[in-house]
Amino acid sequence: MDQTKQEPYVSYLEHKGKYTGIRSWIFTLDHKRIGLLYMYAIMVLFFVGAIMGLLMRIELLKPGETIMKPQTYNGLFTVHGIIMIFMVVIPGLSVVFGNFFLPILIGAKDVAFPKLNRFSWWVYIAGCILAILSQFLKNGPPDTGWSFYAPYSTTTGTNVIMATFAAFVLGFSSILTGLNFIVTIHQMRAPGMKFMNMPLFSWAIYATAWTQLLATPIVGITLLMLIAERLFGIGFFNPNLGGDPVLFQHLFWIYSHPAVYIMILPALGVITEIIPTFCQKKIYGYKAIAFSSLAIAGVGFLVWGHHMFTSGMSNQARWFFSLLTFLVAVPSAIKVFNWLATMYKGSIDLKPPFLYALSFIFLFTIGGTTGLLLGSVATNVQVHDTAFVVAHFHYIIFGGMGFAFFGAIHYWLPKMYGRMYNFKRATIAWAIIFVGFNLLYFPQFILGIEGVPRRYFDYLPQFQPLEVISSVGGFILITGLIMMVYNLVQGARKGEIAPANPWHGSTLEWQIPSPPSLENFDEAPVVKSNPYDYE
Amino acid sequence: MANNTTHTTEYRVLARVLLVLMFLTFLTISVTSYHLAAFGVTVALLIAGTKGFLVLTYFMHLKYESLLLRILVSMVFVLYAVIILITFIDYAYR
Ligand code: HEM
Ligand SMILES: [Cu+2]
Repeated sequence: MDQTKQEPYVSYLEHKGKYTGIRSWIFTLDHKRIGLLYMYAIMVLFFVGAIMGLLMRIELLKPGETIMKPQTYNGLFTVHGIIMIFMVVIPGLSVVFGNFFLPILIGAKDVAFPKLNRFSWWVYIAGCILAILSQFLKNGPPDTGWSFYAPYSTTTGTNVIMATFAAFVLGFSSILTGLNFIVTIHQMRAPGMKFMNMPLFSWAIYATAWTQLLATPIVGITLLMLIAERLFGIGFFNPNLGGDPVLFQHLFWIYSHPAVYIMILPALGVITEIIPTFCQKKIYGYKAIAFSSLAIAGVGFLVWGHHMFTSGMSNQARWFFSLLTFLVAVPSAIKVFNWLATMYKGSIDLKPPFLYALSFIFLFTIGGTTGLLLGSVATNVQVHDTAFVVAHFHYIIFGGMGFAFFGAIHYWLPKMYGRMYNFKRATIAWAIIFVGFNLLYFPQFILGIEGVPRRYFDYLPQFQPLEVISSVGGFILITGLIMMVYNLVQGARKGEIAPANPWHGSTLEWQIPSPPSLENFDEAPVVKSNPYDYE
Repeated sequence: MANNTTHTTEYRVLARVLLVLMFLTFLTISVTSYHLAAFGVTVALLIAGTKGFLVLTYFMHLKYESLLLRILVSMVFVLYAVIILITFIDYAYR
């Protein structure tokens, strides 16, 4: 921005604070460094989880026992789910890119409570350690699935207490981050940065933060109730003790459905940033997108029962939840139409971040429409608890949130490290990932409709062809993922020096040098208008 | 953090609120000796709700905060009420 400064420019990566070396990271208060720390942890955990997924796919190459016993498979899908959900995608985009970019996007020098931010990060790591411990303690990994359904979870001998406690701790971190972001958005905006001048990613983070703050305590209490039931025999859920197992499902999904919005809202926000930049066009329907984030977060609180259609809920409740589930599709569709309208007649530039954004729309739409199939009671009864569900949520979470995460890294990496990755390799990796992903999960829609149940280590011989295609897709996918990460790491370390605004973006992060300085802005920027002003 | 106007509440007010809270705690315990059946839960929740309201208003200074903040906090309670209500669409008709 200002090239006439006297002192040499020092970026946040080179900045010398109180500590040096690794301690300058562990004890950092800089929102950007904390964002990177989360990113490294999440990438490692993602690969651990992906390898577990691959092991399951190897087991499913042929009917009967292939490489593991049934109980090992039960442990694997549970741990895979716990890692992917509680440690990878729920924190996901919001802790990495929310931390790094939210303050910059609204023209602030840090989040409102930097020490609380560092504390959230420590709590997150503590939760991860607990969860990993639960795999190795003597009773064996939990085998309940990531959803810990009672009454089985109150009676199984595996390490359920440790795993649920880990999820509880991770939830704490999530609550604190949400609180921090809400206060940041209310209090730290630069002069002139009205709510209606905020970039849409900040709106998405705002809606997410409220959901984190309000929904997470519920799962916290629920998991504590489960622990109390196991330790002291208090009959909350086990019918033998006078409890109600459906109550567990209510409480669990009152959190866990909003949790899918904790995952997906920041993803929608990232896509909303990428699209106008690579079309060089003003975003279509700014207000509609901003308010649809709030609407998704709001209505998303009221649809949890669609996970319980076959659990013996009352008919009236099934009717109600089905109706609301259809309603929540409306604001999501609003966003999709706004993106398409933004692209219309834009000068589209098919760079890697935009490729990820496009494939996001494609996969998210498949995930979303199959979600409606699950949301309607009659069809739900047919496909509930089958591979169809596995396909659906991988399309939403992985195809949606995962692809948005990759898109965000490709979009913001030049800002975060001041260097650029190789475009050609990034494009090839994207193509491999996209093909592998669809091969891996699409067959599971068909398998599910044909009745193959989820969470089984075995299947009937007639399903083998599709199962094999799916497993082969898994290997293609992981190849692409490794290539992508290799390319990103190379780029961040040795890539060409990137200009401050390589994509000609219009939001605030592109107006400051790359990588940013410790305090982001030399002086607080003054904002006059909507962020997406392209001619 | 710019516009934080701090408000100091008089100790006398705080002490009075504390007394009321203690009285309500005592009440919660003593009503258990009357057998109110299903109403027992209602009464306990009402008392707890009143206590929460007092803590939020005086100890957490909501009384002196901006209207926006008060609306945001009350929305949270509306949301929880709605969630509980919806849960009863299941329990009431099952
Ligand atoms: C290489 C990547 C991946 C592969 C090969 C993979 C594969 C699988 C397989 C085979 C299952 C078990 C299906 C069953 O038997 O019921 C599964 C379950 C699951 N996966 Fe993945 N997956 C991958 C990535 C992800 C990602 C990125 C997420 C989340 C963001 C995710 C979330 C889940 C969840 C929540 C379950 C359900 C666990 C449960 O049933 O409790 N997976 N996955
Ligand atoms: Cu749901």
